[in-house]
Amino acid sequence: MSTFRTALLNAALTVEEQKPWPRITVDGDTWRQATLAIAAGNATLAGLWAEPDAVHMALLDDQDGSLMVLTLATTDGRFPSVGLTHPPAQRLERSITDLYGLVPEGMPDDRRWLDHDRWGVRAPLGSGAPVPTDGAPYAFLKAEGPPLHQIAVGPVHAGIIEPGHFRFSANGEIVVRLEERLGYVHKGIEGLLTNTTLEAAAKVVARVSGDSTVAYSLAFARAAEAALGVGVPQRAIWLRALMAELERLANHLGDIGAICNDAAFALMLAHCGMLREEVLRTAKASFGHRLMMDRIMPGGVTVDLHDAAPIKALTTRVRQRFPRLVELYDNTTSLQNRTVATGCLSADLARRFGAGGPIGRASGRAFDARKAPGYPPYGDLDFKMAKRDNGDVDARIWVRIDEVFESLELIEQIVDRLPPGPIAYPLAPALRERRVPQAGGLANEPHDNTTEGLAMVESFRGDVLVWLRTDDSGRVLRGAVRDPSVFQWPLLEAAIEGNIVADFPLCNKSFNCSYSGHDL
Amino acid sequence: MRRMLFEGLFRRPVTEGAPAVADAEIDALAERLGVAAKARLGRSLSIREVDAGSCNGCELEVHALNNSYYDVERFGLRFVASPRHADVLMVTGPVTANMREGLERTYAATPAPKWVVAIGDCAAGCGVFGKSYAVVGAVSDVIPVDLVIPGCPPEPIDMLKGLIGLVEASARG
Repeated sequence: MSTFRTALLNAALTVEEQKPWPRITVDGDTWRQATLAIAAGNATLAGLWAEPDAVHMALLDDQDGSLMVLTLATTDGRFPSVGLTHPPAQRLERSITDLYGLVPEGMPDDRRWLDHDRWGVRAPLGSGAPVPTDGAPYAFLKAEGPPLHQIAVGPVHAGIIEPGHFRFSANGEIVVRLEERLGYVHKGIEGLLTNTTLEAAAKVVARVSGDSTVAYSLAFARAAEAALGVGVPQRAIWLRALMAELERLANHLGDIGAICNDAAFALMLAHCGMLREEVLRTAKASFGHRLMMDRIMPGGVTVDLHDAAPIKALTTRVRQRFPRLVELYDNTTSLQNRTVATGCLSADLARRFGAGGPIGRASGRAFDARKAPGYPPYGDLDFKMAKRDNGDVDARIWVRIDEVFESLELIEQIVDRLPPGPIAYPLAPALRERRVPQAGGLANEPHDNTTEGLAMVESFRGDVLVWLRTDDSGRVLRGAVRDPSVFQWPLLEAAIEGNIVADFPLCNKSFNCSYSGHDL
Repeated sequence: MRRMLFEGLFRRPVTEGAPAVADAEIDALAERLGVAAKARLGRSLSIREVDAGSCNGCELEVHALNNSYYDVERFGLRFVASPRHADVLMVTGPVTANMREGLERTYAATPAPKWVVAIGDCAAGCGVFGKSYAVVGAVSDVIPVDLVIPGCPPEPIDMLKGLIGLVEASARG
């Protein structure tokens, strides 16, 4: 991508003040060239979001993890569609149309996505024109033929899970097509991140997807710190990683148990459920909250770790008990019969969609935001990236198993090497300093006193992207978040094709995409 | 696997004792519910969980009620797959505009007598999502709520206390 990146930088109209990766404004032609380059695989689409008069596209280099944001001003409310040549962008573009009223020219799918005709307004973050709330019907894609029948599931599901609608077209037991309809838990998060305080925005971002709250708070803090140019004490950096790994450990343990349970192997859920509970209790004992919500804030962390003994005891216990569960999984043929060769996701699709987390890594996409782009303290820690190539439910379980061991490894290293010192720097002095015009800094002075920050953090589910624009007082003018689920949900539709209906829960759980993170 | 099952038979259970729920709380709840449910339901309640817009944090903790530490089924509390089988709706999240109809229809599909428990700060009062065009309000703005269990998310032990109170109250009513 490096030559491509140089070409883009040369074609830039302006280079904006965004840290640590550049944001450039481009013209329509460069935007179109970039969309073709993504479609050709020269870069991975990492995000696509809008504001009332512009669209932003984040490009990721899979190898070195460097990011770049392209911005196109939309003078007449239109922009050249990315989804036309690169399908992973389609739902993001439909969301942009629903929220801002901007039209992607040439987009093959013009159905509404997040807008279910229930808000009472059209384009709530754009023109905001009032409309009736009549809940217009949704035109599902057709799968026709004499033996086919449809199965409609949701939005309220049978289990304790989030709402979404799945429409299966099946030939007997075989799924011919699955189409998802999401957006039920759309809470208007981008709207809530517009012109608000840093504290309020942090709380909203921590609740984008509750299971990844630590990862989101970390990404938000890193984006805010980059934008505002404030530092973080060493101890806070290490405590953040400790919380992130505890979160990953808890979620992976829960997922491994739950996937096996969907193959009717309840013993695994019972044992993994106990281990998960022990992780959450340790989190509560160490940081005062079972999910460690709102523990990471811009500038540092809000609680210190006073006693590492519970965490050490936890890793010892998990190390004693988890290997036997792995052995149980590996030696139970009836269970393997369900997971092996079920719900295969091809390496090509995983790469094209930039599938993050265990889903991508189980289909050969060796990408982990902790390695590249990387962020401290992971550069100082010793861990391996889990990776498998089969792309089936089994591979996704094994990636999670490997990552449980890696997280244990990381937690032990962090606890052993936790540096002393303060856990947060106050933001106020740093912000005051920024408001004083600095001599000789005029050339680099951002226009209209705004600065931007971008951060990518590896949640248990994959890479989370947070973008913020702040002013000098530290107010958040605008923010956008992108959950890994956005690129994983469409892949579930591909993975289930040709499988039996009864294997859908198994496949779905092995993906474990977030509804809330997707719907925002 | 055999070894693990044997150990399960002979090891002390990890399941913890029932949390204490004050009599006064139960009386108050029984009075508020004001329905003669004992004859019909006895000491057992079937629960249907509905996510009306949560961030999934509450779902994680509702899930935890089923693990061996809390083992919610020993109190006669059971999570069921259909509102048709349910006595209690546990609702999480601020009610989003897109989920309002789903919640209303789930409530309508639940046979009486029925109770609604609002789980978490969002269900109780929209949490941090109140000022959004996409949120219609707290659960009580859409369907009648009998019990609120606050928290972000509430811990399983708090939910357990609330639900045990509900079982006791419904048995007394």
